[in-house]
Amino acid sequence: MLMSAPLHFQTIAELSAKLSVGQLSAVELTQAMIARTKAVEPRVHAFNSFDEADALAQAAASDARRRAGQSAGALEGIPVGLKDVIAVAGQPLTASSRMLANFVSPYDATVTQKLQSAGAVLHGRLNCDEFAMGSSTENSAFGPSSNPWDLTRTPGGSSGGSAAALAAGSAVATLGSDTGGSIRQPAALCGLVGLKPTYGLISRYGLIAYASSLDQIGPFARTVEDAAIMLGAIAGHDPRDSTSFKTSLPDYRAELKTRRGPWKLGIPKEYFGAGLDPEVGAAVEKAISFYRSQGCEIREISLPHTQYCLDTYYIIATAEASSNLARYDGIRYGHRTSSAKDLLDVYQKSRAEGFGDEVKRRIILGTYVLSSGYYDAYYLRAQKVRTLIRQDFLNAYREVDALITPTSPIPAFKLGEKSADPLAMYLCDIYTIGVNLAGLPALSLPCGFTQSGLPIGLQLIGQPFREADLLATAHAYEQAHGWNTQFPSL
Amino acid sequence: MSQPAELNIERIAELSRLALTPEEKTRFSAQLGSILGHIEQLAKVDVSGIEPTAHAFPLNNVWAADIAQPGLAVSAALNNAPAQRDHMIVVPKVVD
Repeated sequence: MLMSAPLHFQTIAELSAKLSVGQLSAVELTQAMIARTKAVEPRVHAFNSFDEADALAQAAASDARRRAGQSAGALEGIPVGLKDVIAVAGQPLTASSRMLANFVSPYDATVTQKLQSAGAVLHGRLNCDEFAMGSSTENSAFGPSSNPWDLTRTPGGSSGGSAAALAAGSAVATLGSDTGGSIRQPAALCGLVGLKPTYGLISRYGLIAYASSLDQIGPFARTVEDAAIMLGAIAGHDPRDSTSFKTSLPDYRAELKTRRGPWKLGIPKEYFGAGLDPEVGAAVEKAISFYRSQGCEIREISLPHTQYCLDTYYIIATAEASSNLARYDGIRYGHRTSSAKDLLDVYQKSRAEGFGDEVKRRIILGTYVLSSGYYDAYYLRAQKVRTLIRQDFLNAYREVDALITPTSPIPAFKLGEKSADPLAMYLCDIYTIGVNLAGLPALSLPCGFTQSGLPIGLQLIGQPFREADLLATAHAYEQAHGWNTQFPSL
Repeated sequence: MSQPAELNIERIAELSRLALTPEEKTRFSAQLGSILGHIEQLAKVDVSGIEPTAHAFPLNNVWAADIAQPGLAVSAALNNAPAQRDHMIVVPKVVD
């Protein structure tokens, strides 16, 4: 029989059961999380900040609700951390940027309200690449996070703090945002489940915008079941986000047990070529063999425009970013320079002082591809190639239910290894960005470890608004393997 | 498609409202040159007759009832302003 994991490594499902029978109080659990956070943070740096008194007050309120027989919902008393791009009223909201170093959010994101309605205890502001631009957290103005499995390595990015906090046991679940792989890649590098939902399933109201046609909020969790619980708490139409969809929502957690295969699974051959680490490739092949052994039909398919995903992404994402980040002008909020001579000077110097290198690079690239004379050649062409990329996926779904790929071509790399070469960093996202361009749901789940003990992630890509099937497919694999019962020694 | 060498960093920095140092101009030009070099391969794709995709699931004409909703209080809206006075944001003089 397995020994129970320490409290800080337990799942939402396990902790909820203990809370509901009074074996544990929300205050005790939150105290344990804060103690753990204080113990590991000097080494991990997953948090930009955390408000101990506020978290304990929320926990006490949760216990009071429970005593009164008015438990709020599926996350009652569960400490959940938020990436520092998701607004919580009265708390800092920095996007890990000097530009917003002193910004305090005047309102809640919709997902924040939904988590609160479900009873969650919001714990901490989690580090990320500045304005969610990056794949390693090294673009954070407040310093990188470390991977709990190897502190000399990156937890991935941009939602690296959300992954590192969960892997280190400083939260029970977390939220991140995923524009080109920013949930799935850090989940893979930290041995976690990370879900990027269908574009439009989760409200983006109160999420700091990077590339609005690609951004989507999603959960990090220890298990597929926990990810299903989190998704159920945050999904749904929101009139404050005009891109959010009116769609009927299943009970994602319950559906894990009712939706069973065998599924028809597609293996896109373009995702297994040059650049794929042999150990990652072998672990993914083993996972494919498992599904085959369960009676799933495995079919090789082609996504012929895969080689154009990276370029398409870096045109569309930077174009949208250059527009979205125009709001940071030093006038109404954010950093304002103290050395300006006139209004133009305020804009140019405030932005130069407030933004880091990667943000500047993307604003410049985005401005260039949108500028007069280049718009058709770059931006319009990229939008047309995006159509072809999306059609590739939709064609594949005529034949198969879901796709299996690696999440990241490589396991966690050393901090500093790629930070001088933007293009090398961008190549970390080659298996994840197509999903954002096509607006599809996808998740990463652990599928093994390298010889040196680094987690490996398996990506499952599903059909639009069919997260329940995607989660069930992942659950079937997870139940037959024990990867998520291993924890970093920290 | 244009050649990457055409990226006029002075002009683009001005459009971006970014005051770049000479060192940044040199470094960003080189880095963006290699990224634009990579992007050139999009010119090979045949996109004739293909409609552009702005959103994967476009929703058009999303209407809301025209009913006034409570908004942020003035003090909350101004709380993050770099400089404020009398319920207004203070900015540098723009007319002489």
